[in-house]
Order: sequence, then structure tokens, then C-alpha cells
Amino acid sequence: MNRYLLPGGVFLLLVIVLFIGIQRAPQKTVIPSALLGKPAPQFTLPVLGGNESFNSSSLAGRWHAINVWGTWCPECRVEHDMLLRIADSGALPLIGFNWKDEDSAALGWLQQLGNPYSVGVADRDGREAIDWGVYGAPETFLIDDRGIVVHKHVGAMTPEVWEREFLARLPSTAGASQ
Amino acid sequence: MTRWLRVCRVGLLALLLSSSALAIDPIELSDPALQERYRDLTHELRCMQCQNQSIADSPVGLAGDLRREVRELLESGKTDAEIREHLRARYGDFILFRPVFNWRNAWLWAAPVILLLLGLVVAVRVLRQRARLAATDTTSPDDPAP
Repeated sequence: MNRYLLPGGVFLLLVIVLFIGIQRAPQKTVIPSALLGKPAPQFTLPVLGGNESFNSSSLAGRWHAINVWGTWCPECRVEHDMLLRIADSGALPLIGFNWKDEDSAALGWLQQLGNPYSVGVADRDGREAIDWGVYGAPETFLIDDRGIVVHKHVGAMTPEVWEREFLARLPSTAGASQ
Repeated sequence: MTRWLRVCRVGLLALLLSSSALAIDPIELSDPALQERYRDLTHELRCMQCQNQSIADSPVGLAGDLRREVRELLESGKTDAEIREHLRARYGDFILFRPVFNWRNAWLWAAPVILLLLGLVVAVRVLRQRARLAATDTTSPDDPAP
């Protein structure tokens, strides 16, 4: 009887390990951000379609979200209505980070579909996006009032994601201070 | 046997040559030493969008941006280790094809050694048991009489 104990135990352990692996498989396709818990990268970028530049230090002390998008990105079109609803809710300022795009195309998109962003910046050659570890639009970062990256969502924003991964992390006072 | 080995070696060489010849954008750096480091580095950094290709082999836009980043860091005098760390700090361990040891993946590195030791212990125990059985009982069930 005893001779079956060890192989049986090993088999059971293997079943448990593989089961946990399969359960967690869907999350494995998303690569966690290396910036979580670290200060958000500081940047100065041109305002979309303008000559003046925007410095990220003006966001200090406020909770905000940075949304990486491009007109070449189909998923960005999918999430756009949700972004407009977020902007309407006034929960926090949305910063539009237009990534490797044409300013004219981006401005046309915002004019046609509506502009959810309090500020839109253009990272035309994709240099700044590397500092943020961006690898595929759309990506949305949540940054707290101390300038720390609290969360990153890769893929289209949905009401569920916004509720569960963003609003749930906000202190109740964040919206009121805007 | 030796002939087979030679065929393998030629095949491997051809494979190596073809991968560098097929590089998506053969940026030429002024200094040949830098160029060599550039080639090595871009081959060991993962393209985050296509994941099973290095940034040297991938035609997507982000891979091109990362190659530019590597080139600029090389030209500014950064060491290979500094460049790897620069990108790891932004994209995480995943960007490195050669994973670094840390406490989160320590068990992965240790697993082969642990499994080997475990196998040895089991093997030794089984062999000892066999030897003991063979010594006490000449009609072992494992090797039936001819």
C-alpha cells in the first residue's frame, strides 16, 4: 500500500500545479508593467496639433490616467465611447498620449468622435513611449497624487475594467478635488 | 558519425549567417566594435509585440524604436549591462531573452538540481532494495527463471 503513496502524492501535486497554471493562463498574455509602484516617468511633449509643449509636472498632486492611443489602432476605436463616458463622469483627468501617429489624423479622429482628454500630447516618434514601457495601444495607466504608477491596463477600456481596476483604487476624495 | 557532425556544423553556420543577413534594418554604426555589440544586444532583446522574435528580427514599429534606443545608448557610451538594465527597468524581465536570476524565479533555476537529487535518492533506494532482495531470495520475481 505504502509504495503507491509517493507516486500518488507526486501525481496529485502535479495536478494541483497544472490546475493553478491553467486557471491563471488568461492573465499570462498580459505582461505586467515594470513601472508599477514606481514614480511615473516625467515628460515634456508637444500638445497634439499645437506648437506649445506640455510638461507632466503640471499633473503633480492629482490622480490622473494616461491613455496611450493612435488612429491606427482598432482597439482604440472600440474603447473610445467608454473614454468619453469616463470624461463625462469627471472621475479624474484623462491625458491622451497619441503614440506614433499623424497629428492631423489624430485631430480628425477627436473632432469626429469627440474628445475625452483634458490634455492631448503627441509622441510622434515613439521615444517617450519607451520610458513608459508601452508595447501595444491602447494602454491606460493610473497615477496617484504622489506621482506613482498604481495600475496599468493593456487593451480596450471597458466599464468592468474601469470599475474594478481603476475606480476601486481611487480614494473617495480624488474625484471631488478636481 | 563525423560526417553527420560536419553536416550539422555547416547547417548551424548557414543558419547563423542567414539570420544576420536577414536582419530587418541593418543599421551601420560608425565603429565596428559598436556595431558588433549592437548586433548582439538587439538579438537578445525581445520584441514585446511579437514576443517570439528579437528586436533585430522583427519588422514592427516598436522593434524599430527599440533598436534606435539601443543604438543611441551605445553611442552615448553606455555599457551592455547598462543598456539591458535601462530596458528592463521600463519593460520588465520579459524583454530579456536570457532571464536574470531573482528571488521570484529562484525555484525555477533550482528545480532541475532538486529534481536530479530527488531522482538520485529514489534510484539509490530502489537499487539497494533490489540488491537486498537478490541477496536473500534467489528466485526474484523480476527476472523469471529461464
